Amino acid sequence: MTKPRTLILLAGSLMAALFIWPLWKITLLAPQYPDGVHMHIYIDKIGGATKGTLQNVNILNHYIGMKAITPESIPELKYMPPIVILFMALALFVAFIDKKWMYWFWIILLSITLMIGLYDFYLWEYDYGHSLDPKAPMKFEGESFQPPLIGRKEIINFTAISMPHIGGCFLIISFLLGSFATYIKSKSSTIILS
Amino acid sequence: MLNTTYGFIPWDDAHHPELSQTNGETDGRWIFINGNNTPRVARIDLTTFETAEIIEIPNSGGNHSSPFTTENTEYIVAGTRFSVPYPQQDVAIDTYKENFKGMLTFIKVSDEGHMEIAFQVLLPAFDYDLAHSGKGKSHGWTFFTTYNTEEDYTLKEVTASQNDKDFIAAINWKKAEEYIAQGKYKEIPADHYNNRYNERTHMTDSELRKTVKVLTPEECPGLVYFLPTPKSPHGVDVDPTGEYIIGNGKLSADLTVHSFTNMLSAIENEEFETTIAGVPVLQYDKVVGGVVTKPGLGPLHTEFDNDGNAYTTFFISSEVVKWKVGTWEVLDRIPTYYSVGHLMIPGGDSKKPDGKYLVALNKITKDRYLPTGPEMNHSAQLYDISGDKMKLLLDFPTIGEPHYAQGIAASKVKPNSKKFYPIEENEHPYAALGEKQTRVEREGNIVHVYMTSIRSHFAPDNIEGIKVGDEVFVHLTNLEQDFDVPHGLAIQGAQNAELLVMPGQTETMYWKPQREGVFPFYCTDFCSALHQEMQGYIRVSPRGSNTPLKWSTGHPDEES
Repeated sequence: MTKPRTLILLAGSLMAALFIWPLWKITLLAPQYPDGVHMHIYIDKIGGATKGTLQNVNILNHYIGMKAITPESIPELKYMPPIVILFMALALFVAFIDKKWMYWFWIILLSITLMIGLYDFYLWEYDYGHSLDPKAPMKFEGESFQPPLIGRKEIINFTAISMPHIGGCFLIISFLLGSFATYIKSKSSTIILS
Repeated sequence: MLNTTYGFIPWDDAHHPELSQTNGETDGRWIFINGNNTPRVARIDLTTFETAEIIEIPNSGGNHSSPFTTENTEYIVAGTRFSVPYPQQDVAIDTYKENFKGMLTFIKVSDEGHMEIAFQVLLPAFDYDLAHSGKGKSHGWTFFTTYNTEEDYTLKEVTASQNDKDFIAAINWKKAEEYIAQGKYKEIPADHYNNRYNERTHMTDSELRKTVKVLTPEECPGLVYFLPTPKSPHGVDVDPTGEYIIGNGKLSADLTVHSFTNMLSAIENEEFETTIAGVPVLQYDKVVGGVVTKPGLGPLHTEFDNDGNAYTTFFISSEVVKWKVGTWEVLDRIPTYYSVGHLMIPGGDSKKPDGKYLVALNKITKDRYLPTGPEMNHSAQLYDISGDKMKLLLDFPTIGEPHYAQGIAASKVKPNSKKFYPIEENEHPYAALGEKQTRVEREGNIVHVYMTSIRSHFAPDNIEGIKVGDEVFVHLTNLEQDFDVPHGLAIQGAQNAELLVMPGQTETMYWKPQREGVFPFYCTDFCSALHQEMQGYIRVSPRGSNTPLKWSTGHPDEES
């Protein structure tokens, strides 16, 4: 009886990890960067493995005319924290009321949000990769500088790897727990109904 | 950093690098090095490999027996190779015996690495050549070799080579600490500078110290003993156990090894030959622990491996000879090319040698490489000493005489290596911590330029309104926060060296424009694909002209 409630509560609580660890990580690898350049995307800021990471990414990007990544100009970094809090509050609410439709509502709303989020991330990457300054010192005909949405890609002399980071992994676990809670809730409700 | 009581002395004659130690092992914190000509000791911080501190040594004529460390880097020492009048004064040189003295200096090193002269020991006017401190059982003692115990002052190649035995001076520095605590010192005027680099302001604090504490053997019994050692001993080396003190008598046919245990009992039993200026001379027979007979010609230096073997260089016969500590038998010998001075085994002068490799550092090259005029590259050889027989691995050229070296496992240094200076810690009073802070300010004929560098431009890179006769200070802050991305700065006509600015650092160039015109400046450290584009111009107008002060980077209409 209490299992779905526990699961959805857990799903909601794990999202708190997004306030501690980065959601996503984009890594650039090249021999002359033996430690790699690791850019960390949090829900509210952009950082990296070192304090200078964002500056170093922007230095690399300016040679090919990519726009500088300035966290102030990315509104999503302001929207995301309240959205995460909303999902955490909703999870608490779902566990409290414990109605089947509410489980479905939570998981469907999360799925839609995640899909919009990924699409939005793709749009930002597309914009950074394609809106190049025509006065850029270096031009590469036909070369796309758009980093991969997820996975690895060769971009001139760099290998770019885009993957969820610790916060992102917790979000995936939240999603799986929420789905499982919804599944059990639906199944148990069905049994009671029949 | 190069400030002395003689003013700014931009060069020195460095001989001996010495790694800091903890419990008799190299610890990778600092490396010290001596300056012989203007007696000084520098401390190099191994997180940056930059000079962090330089201290001047007063009452010294040539800082050669330096900067050898004690087991826990309590002290590093600075013995004078050339005795000088004490106090320094205008006297006839032939009054050497009455007016000249030799001073041995003990420099206290704090946990932060800061150096202060703890005390000096006033000794007869010998030449104090090299030193090493005891370890283990002999911890608390430091040994200095002497030559010219004849106390002569001319044609020393002959006059200083007459005595069959010179001395190793053994200083009981723990005893010295007691005498200091008891107030048995004389505090004498002795101006000397201490220069410390501040990693936050990126500037040097240069402070004058005015006195030193001097101990004299007459007033401090038990402080110094002389160990007779044939003949003009050069290096003095203590084996890893601390028991044996090797006197490398460079004009002797044999290699003399003193025993620390024998030395203590000779002191206890007062087995003295004589006393010189309050210093008891121990009986040779009572202190000698062994002799390596006829090992080679002209022994200079000995280091050790971790299997109880010693390796001695022979200058005249150009070879390294391996011998057994305790049995004194010669085990192996291998040629060097040529006239070897020091040798180096990583940790080979510490309690824990890392005895796999040996480097021989030579004085003369002759036929090893293609001739390049009267002066040649010098040479060094790397040997594998892990087996019974020494094996030559590499013969390599060096620029300048490879005098001495220290070796240490990379694992002791690498983890602490600094990659850049955090820009948020930069407290240089003229730093520009971002391009928005860049500006040019005039105060009379003094102009301060707050400039930044980041790949691949300077800000500002166009400056106007400078006039002939101005004194321009260009304060360049390197905004980079990435490993291995220094930027340089050179200005045409500047009479001092270029700047090389590490990431996060601020450095200042002084430039006095001499003529009107437009002068380029540029980055001198190859920084990026657009390094060649990293340049700018400074317009210099005639004295008294009205050109307004102006600075910029990029075309204004393009700024968003």
